[in-house]
Amino acid sequence: MSHDFAPLPDLPPPGSSVGAIGWLRRNLFSNAINSVLTLFAIYLLATLLPPLFNWLFFDADWFGDSRDACTSGGACWVFVSARFSTFMYGFFPENETWRINLIYIALIACMAPLFIDSFRHKVKLGVFVIFVFPIFGFILLFGGVFGLEQTETSQWGGLTLTLLLASVGCVAALPLGIMLALGRQATNMPAVKSMCVLFIEFWRGVPLITVLFMSSVMLPLFLPEGVSFDKLLRALIGITLFQSAYIAEVVRGGLQAIPKGQYEAADALGLSYWKKMGLIILPQALKIVIPGIVNTFIALFKDTTLVIIVGLLDVLGMVQNALNDPNWLGYSTEGYVFTAFVFWIFCFTMSRYSQSLERKLHTGHKR
Amino acid sequence: MTAAVPNTAAENEVMIELRGVNKWYDKFHVLKDINLQVAKGERIVVCGPSGSGKSTMIRCINRLEEHQKGQIIVDGTELTSDLRQIEQIRKEVGMVFQHFNLFPHLTVLENLALAPMWVRKMPRKEAEAIGMQYLERVKIPDQAKKYPGQLSGGQQQRVAIARSLCMSPRIMLFDEPTSALDPEMIKEVLDVMIELAESGMTMMCVTHEMGFAKTVADKVIFMDRGQIVESNPPEEFFNNPQNERTQLFLSQIIGH
Repeated sequence: MSHDFAPLPDLPPPGSSVGAIGWLRRNLFSNAINSVLTLFAIYLLATLLPPLFNWLFFDADWFGDSRDACTSGGACWVFVSARFSTFMYGFFPENETWRINLIYIALIACMAPLFIDSFRHKVKLGVFVIFVFPIFGFILLFGGVFGLEQTETSQWGGLTLTLLLASVGCVAALPLGIMLALGRQATNMPAVKSMCVLFIEFWRGVPLITVLFMSSVMLPLFLPEGVSFDKLLRALIGITLFQSAYIAEVVRGGLQAIPKGQYEAADALGLSYWKKMGLIILPQALKIVIPGIVNTFIALFKDTTLVIIVGLLDVLGMVQNALNDPNWLGYSTEGYVFTAFVFWIFCFTMSRYSQSLERKLHTGHKR
Repeated sequence: MTAAVPNTAAENEVMIELRGVNKWYDKFHVLKDINLQVAKGERIVVCGPSGSGKSTMIRCINRLEEHQKGQIIVDGTELTSDLRQIEQIRKEVGMVFQHFNLFPHLTVLENLALAPMWVRKMPRKEAEAIGMQYLERVKIPDQAKKYPGQLSGGQQQRVAIARSLCMSPRIMLFDEPTSALDPEMIKEVLDVMIELAESGMTMMCVTHEMGFAKTVADKVIFMDRGQIVESNPPEEFFNNPQNERTQLFLSQIIGH
């Protein structure tokens, strides 16, 4: 007397809701207001884009070596190409720039396998890139050994300096920030906790520009006579401490998002505090805060331009410096568009990388 | 490590002892003068209305909660604030939670092998072999490579039991292991627990599965408002409850 349960067959969705027409309908012309806005947007693009493209590409001057080459009324990219090496390398001795290029190439060569899924020694390579590579990079940049000509840190500039500041700032601030976040969570160690809170709140409370100014102008006043720090080193330390406070707060958000049961399960298995944090809590917490961490990295990357206040010339500083050259007066638009483009490339890459990382680390569920 | 005790002597060996245990949450007195002894191989079921302190009591046994007065002695070691002793005891005491608490960023097998590798310092191969062995015991060896989020609740809870067993604990604590599960999945978890009970594991289980209590428990404890109201073997407990409060509780959960 039993009947078999036979589910109804699956049917395809109605035709008007799928395909290109369905997409247009849903997204652009779903109602009267949307249709009007769509048409208005098309009108705006049609009036604004052609002149922009004309200036940027079609009417632009690309080749030459002085401003005389710029005659056609569009952008004068000759300015950028003529000054390109100073934008990239700052005042680094011209016949030594291969050292910087070598660093870039080596870095790319080291990083590339990290993006290959089947590569098995990612952790080892990551440790190498973070701990060993900086020494190699420093030796190449600074010189003075192995027959390399010694350079001054004041000769470091342009994009090289920007990348140096940003990468040191990020790499050094991340572990420090994680430790600060853990310290701030340590309710059973009130002294550690209040020190971390004090540190974080102090550094988050002051603007980066003040930090840089203090480190370069005020700090030497407090140091005993004869003791001096390199200006770049002081800026790097300032940026790192500043950045670590922000990272700490981002990481703390992630720690708070981990359910209490995860801590309890780790405890119940007998894991010690550091193993619990390192194996269970941080891997999950850091995964959650990837967008937040990358966000602070991007913000830092752009904030590095502030070092101009202490006389370090990053890529923006070099462009502004070039704009003061009497031979190139009046090409500030080109200079700033170029700088913006450089920054955009790097920031956009970071953003995309963080998204792909999020996707890769997503194990398909919460809790 | 304690040497294996021969079965005859085991009967009198006390695995868990609570003496005059008291605990407060701020001013709220959750546990009032709890006295309890659990012998090796004994299976205790703890029941009682919500808020009666039953979960708090078993969470005190592996120090997930701290008691403020009295003594808790687990496998001969007293629980104090000494971290090393706590970790020592936690190695010997497995716990299964209401919400499974599997580690979602690790595969099932990684969940199982983690503690043996990092707490018992076992090589990965050996730890994974033990993990597979227990996964087979809870009847889901085919799920080893999946992530916890891809499993059903019942499967997750069985993985959680296996995860605790991988540490070869001498005591297993269960904190409402089936109350977050769909009715269809409760049985598969209970079957695993019954099998475990029959293997001679010392168990303390907070649950409202009275069928489970009748089948395997040596003793059923009823708690209300932070106190142990009644503690008796299951036949006595179900057929002839002494306390009025117990009678009311039993009539409510069995009556319908």
